[in-house]
Amino acid sequence: MAEKVLMKGNEAIAEAAVAAGCRHYFGYPITPQTEIAAYMAKRMPKIGGTFLQAESEVAAINMVAGAAAAGVRTMTSSSSPGVALKSEGISYIAGMDIPALVVNIMRAGPGLGGIQPSQGDYWQCVKGGGHGDYRNIVLAPSGVQEMYDFTKLAFDLADKYRMCAMILSDGVLGQMMEPVAVSASDAPPFCADGKPWALTGTKGARKPNIINSLYIEPDTLEVLLDKRYAEKYAACEANEVRWDEFLTDDAEIVVTAYGAPARIARSAVTAARAKGIKAGLLRPITLWPFPKVPLAQLAETAKAFVCVELSKGQMIDDIRLAIECKRPVSLCTRTGGNVPSPEEILTAIENAAKEAV
Amino acid sequence: MAVVFEKPKGLTDAPLHYCPGCTHGIVHRLVAEALDSLGITEKAVGVAPVGCAVFAYNYFNCDMAQAAHGRAPAVATGIKRANPANIVFTYQGDGDLAAIGTAETVHAAARGENITIIFINNAIYGMTGGQMAPTTLPEQVTQTSPYGRDVTVAGYPVRVSELLATLDGPAYIERVSVDSVKNVRKAAAAIRKAFQYQSEGKGFSLIEVVSTCPTNWGMNPVKALAWLREHMLPYYPLGVYRDKGAAQGGADA
Ligand SMILES: Cc1ncc(C[n+]2csc(CCOP(=O)(O)OP(=O)(O)O)c2C)c(N)n1
Ligand code: SF4
Repeated sequence: MAEKVLMKGNEAIAEAAVAAGCRHYFGYPITPQTEIAAYMAKRMPKIGGTFLQAESEVAAINMVAGAAAAGVRTMTSSSSPGVALKSEGISYIAGMDIPALVVNIMRAGPGLGGIQPSQGDYWQCVKGGGHGDYRNIVLAPSGVQEMYDFTKLAFDLADKYRMCAMILSDGVLGQMMEPVAVSASDAPPFCADGKPWALTGTKGARKPNIINSLYIEPDTLEVLLDKRYAEKYAACEANEVRWDEFLTDDAEIVVTAYGAPARIARSAVTAARAKGIKAGLLRPITLWPFPKVPLAQLAETAKAFVCVELSKGQMIDDIRLAIECKRPVSLCTRTGGNVPSPEEILTAIENAAKEAV
Repeated sequence: MAVVFEKPKGLTDAPLHYCPGCTHGIVHRLVAEALDSLGITEKAVGVAPVGCAVFAYNYFNCDMAQAAHGRAPAVATGIKRANPANIVFTYQGDGDLAAIGTAETVHAAARGENITIIFINNAIYGMTGGQMAPTTLPEQVTQTSPYGRDVTVAGYPVRVSELLATLDGPAYIERVSVDSVKNVRKAAAAIRKAFQYQSEGKGFSLIEVVSTCPTNWGMNPVKALAWLREHMLPYYPLGVYRDKGAAQGGADA
């Protein structure tokens, strides 16, 4: 049976990465994710891994790109301003079709913003952030166990599809302590054996491998992009959509929320039920690929949607698109590092119920 | 019959796209010869820059990555840390290495990262059509310094080898040129030594190659070499700036 250990969310991510065979971490300090780096700095030298504090987030993501190109499981973590700097590298990782994990423990922006939790990077991470047409797999945990489980899952998905997987989380979850069921033993370090495309030197046994994102001929690049969308990204949309539903079967008011706010939204939904309002919660787990189908299905029976997020309204666009604007969607938000109370969400549910009659 | 001239095995058969008389081709050959002569082509992994040498991945007959502009030393760091047994090198121009990628260069050097950087200093941005580079000389005319580089506005050129030699990290730094047979021989020896040091685990090495860009300098190849000797070599003195393997360091120009 799996052993349970009390861990902070950030530590759970680091420990899960080690358990998943990641031995190469590159990062740059920034609150509120520095525990991940600190944990890796302690752990990696003891297990023959690499912890490297880079000169910037730009350098860190490019080190990740190099290590990923060389075939090992590798990751970086940061918070919002740092992830902005990583966007260049993330775009290159997409263009080079290599697997990597990027963790974003979001803080409030824009600019230096604040160090308290936020979900203001939804667009940055879910829509790409960097230049060009590409996708990242984006997982949004809402508890410490999920921080652990999704980190392992993210490495598997990154390898399976040869693309960048992201954990999009926030300062609440990063700092929160909960018991976590951890794997009994560490996976062996993941290496390039199953990756014939990796840059490991030809050893005189094969033609040189080239990992590149430059295609000067428009037709070549178009064909490549078409293929990437038709095969890789379509497969993600077909196979990797994940979400969680709570009391949605007969829900008239569907609350949507991801990450830490989803926990508060769940309490608010329970409170609404106690008051006789048929409320339910749909929590996207993958923000890309987005759970469009279950949302569209709920739109057939629900009267209204309430989108709870720690931003001025970013995920709400995807909710509206998923339900093709068939039902009203209201926004319940706190920003600047604040988090809505269950009462604030309950009020938003009550207002939506009133307007929906 | 004795073979008197052969293409190094470290180069592929792809025809080079460089302009006639451009020194990039010579340096490619020297790098490939160094890898071949040390018997390390099969474990080499190169990183191409953004710049005229972006297609280097088609030319070197070893595993190759293509990095974002200026980030080659970071990408090379990741590759080397993943598989330390590989011989990892970058091949970068002056805009790539000394402007947008200054941080990556300085810190790879400061860490003593066990990689080799081949640095092409041609005093200009070649690929984008001849703009001012961090190495463009005072008064030098480029597309973005049309009245000549005015140091009161655009500041002074960066001497990369000297700059990096102030750090404790690097094992080997030498500035060479490929303007004459004698200098090509010296450049070949320097590049070989850099890879040799990497093989021995000595740490970071950088070979700065003072080069020409006849196209964007607006000169024919012969005139470009003369201009290099007359203007660049006085500003960028050739010599060894760091040699941890030698009894003592210091420039021996
Ligand atoms: C982020 C980014 N900025 C700018 C460019 C455009 N760009 C391509 S090559 C280049 C200059 C390269 O000059 P240099 O490094 O001196 O190499 P050379 O072409 O002279 O060999 C620039 C600015 C780019 N590709 N990416
Ligand atoms: S533009 Fe200059 S550096 Fe580039 S290939 Fe032509 S001569 Fe060489």
